[in-house]
Amino acid sequence: MNFEILIASSLDGLTLGFVFGLMAMGLTLIFGVMKVINLGHGPIIVMGMFTPLVLSQAFGINPYFGLPVVIVLGLVTGIVMYFVAVHRVINAPELTTLLATFAVNMILIGTLTILFTTTPQALSLEMGSLQTGTITILGTRVVAVLVAVVATVALYLFLYRTRSGKSIRAVANNRAAAELMGINSTWILALSFGIGTMLAMLSGALLATLFGFTVLSGSGYEVKSFIIVVLGGLGNPTGALLGGIIIGLLESLVAVIPLPVIGSIPFSWVPVIEFVVFILILLFRPTGLLGART
Amino acid sequence: MKTFSSPFFWLVLVVVGGVSLLPIVTNSPSLREDLFLMLMLVTLASSVNIIMGYTGYVSFGHIVYFGLGGYAAFYLMQNFSVHVLTAALIGGVVASLIAFLIGIPVLRLRGAYFALATIGINEAFRVLVNNLPFLGGSVGMLFSFSAYEPYGGGKSAQQFAYFAMVITALLTIATSFIIKKSKFGLGLMAIREDQDAAMVLGINPARTKVITYAISAFFPALAGAFFFFKNGTILPETAFELHRSIESLVMVMLGGYGTVTGPIVGAVVYERLRGFLITNPTLSQAHLVIAGALLLLIVLFVTAGVIGWLRQRFPAVRRYLE
Repeated sequence: MNFEILIASSLDGLTLGFVFGLMAMGLTLIFGVMKVINLGHGPIIVMGMFTPLVLSQAFGINPYFGLPVVIVLGLVTGIVMYFVAVHRVINAPELTTLLATFAVNMILIGTLTILFTTTPQALSLEMGSLQTGTITILGTRVVAVLVAVVATVALYLFLYRTRSGKSIRAVANNRAAAELMGINSTWILALSFGIGTMLAMLSGALLATLFGFTVLSGSGYEVKSFIIVVLGGLGNPTGALLGGIIIGLLESLVAVIPLPVIGSIPFSWVPVIEFVVFILILLFRPTGLLGART
Repeated sequence: MKTFSSPFFWLVLVVVGGVSLLPIVTNSPSLREDLFLMLMLVTLASSVNIIMGYTGYVSFGHIVYFGLGGYAAFYLMQNFSVHVLTAALIGGVVASLIAFLIGIPVLRLRGAYFALATIGINEAFRVLVNNLPFLGGSVGMLFSFSAYEPYGGGKSAQQFAYFAMVITALLTIATSFIIKKSKFGLGLMAIREDQDAAMVLGINPARTKVITYAISAFFPALAGAFFFFKNGTILPETAFELHRSIESLVMVMLGGYGTVTGPIVGAVVYERLRGFLITNPTLSQAHLVIAGALLLLIVLFVTAGVIGWLRQRFPAVRRYLE
């Protein structure tokens, strides 16, 4: 067994895992606060991929300097989306919000297809790489992890240290009680939706620096987000980060870990494992790996 | 049974059956193609309505049974030259059995957790089939040239598949009607409104739900068998297409959740609308945007769907319009 390949793959998986975690945090935050599964999550990730592309193609802005634009755009998109599609049906049964966000999904994919067609795209980035022995770490990966970590820390500081953040947690905990304490729950729900959308778009922009993409890439990432979110417990952002890292490691390690008898598991079986784990967790530990949220 | 003496029950079947005869009378293959698709969508929407509309369990990945039935039947036809009707029935039974086994644990989940689990099940089967060489893996399976010979050549096989789909759609509608009007159906709706209260009234929710889920898996499997028989090829991506699954939920919502005629109306309207948008030169680009906007408007403002709205607006029609 080649130890260096193992290290390199683990590092790969870990870096990917942080970005996946960020992506799933957007979904889980929205669910945690308002019990809505956002089926528009995929196209929103795609919007995050196309924003730096457009900025760099039209204005020659380096994709990383486009990130603040992604953040602002994500926040605004999420708040608008909340008021247009979710607010009216926030107390309706989950089917209604699922279909409302799915309608947004159709509208977004349709619009993006008209604007960009479905041809494959890629950001052109020259970041160099770090090298030690046979282990190579691409510069884009390093930056992606740094951004993901900073965003996660910022989210925690926001949720635990600011008044708005505390209000979000209060509303998530008990909306009626929060309203009695004078919190404007409509605004807080909209803000949470905005932040969730912002995180999804930011992760999309980071994914675009790592992989090629098309307008239709979103659905794959959306389903992956579901798996991650369930692994970590629906509504639990820390769990999402953990789930993201587990999935990232799984995807990069499964094919290189040698096993007795069968040699190693072919990469095409990775999604099978993921979905089976997903269903088992839903059935036997619906609160996720970390247990009930405190 | 009460259902069979209801004139509306026969009216619906006669109308759907009558329309299905149109392409034969007018001898129009293109109309037949259109109606084949429409009847398939009616089957998918009506069967998902049995579990979702009556019992309140949103089966997001219901298309998994369409794919399973299609694969089971295709495998039998391809490797053992089984007749399509036998193959479809076996496919249906296989799908129902799998639904039964999956349903026992999964139907314990409620709300969003159930919806997510059904998505997971569909995706799990899709990626699993991708990895199974005896089912053709990711390239799927393809009929050989001689496959349609027992049916009298390709042309009459198409005709045959069409009639099989007509019967499937009629059976689905009839089953949906019978369930809704039966004591069993009342039990389902009691579960939908309040599972705990239903339990107090002597309904065994676990058993009732699993049986319903298995029934609702049977008809999509038949539809899948005939669809892929007619296609002559089957792929994991076309068999377990999550988007088609969600589309059938849209049809149910469009027509009216929990009604018998709602899914029929929803499927026809949705398919017509999509056809119109795609073929219209100025709107074809924007067809997804328009369909999405329309869905959003319905979800936000006419939650009950077309038939549900009629029933709310005109109480007098409630006795007839199910």
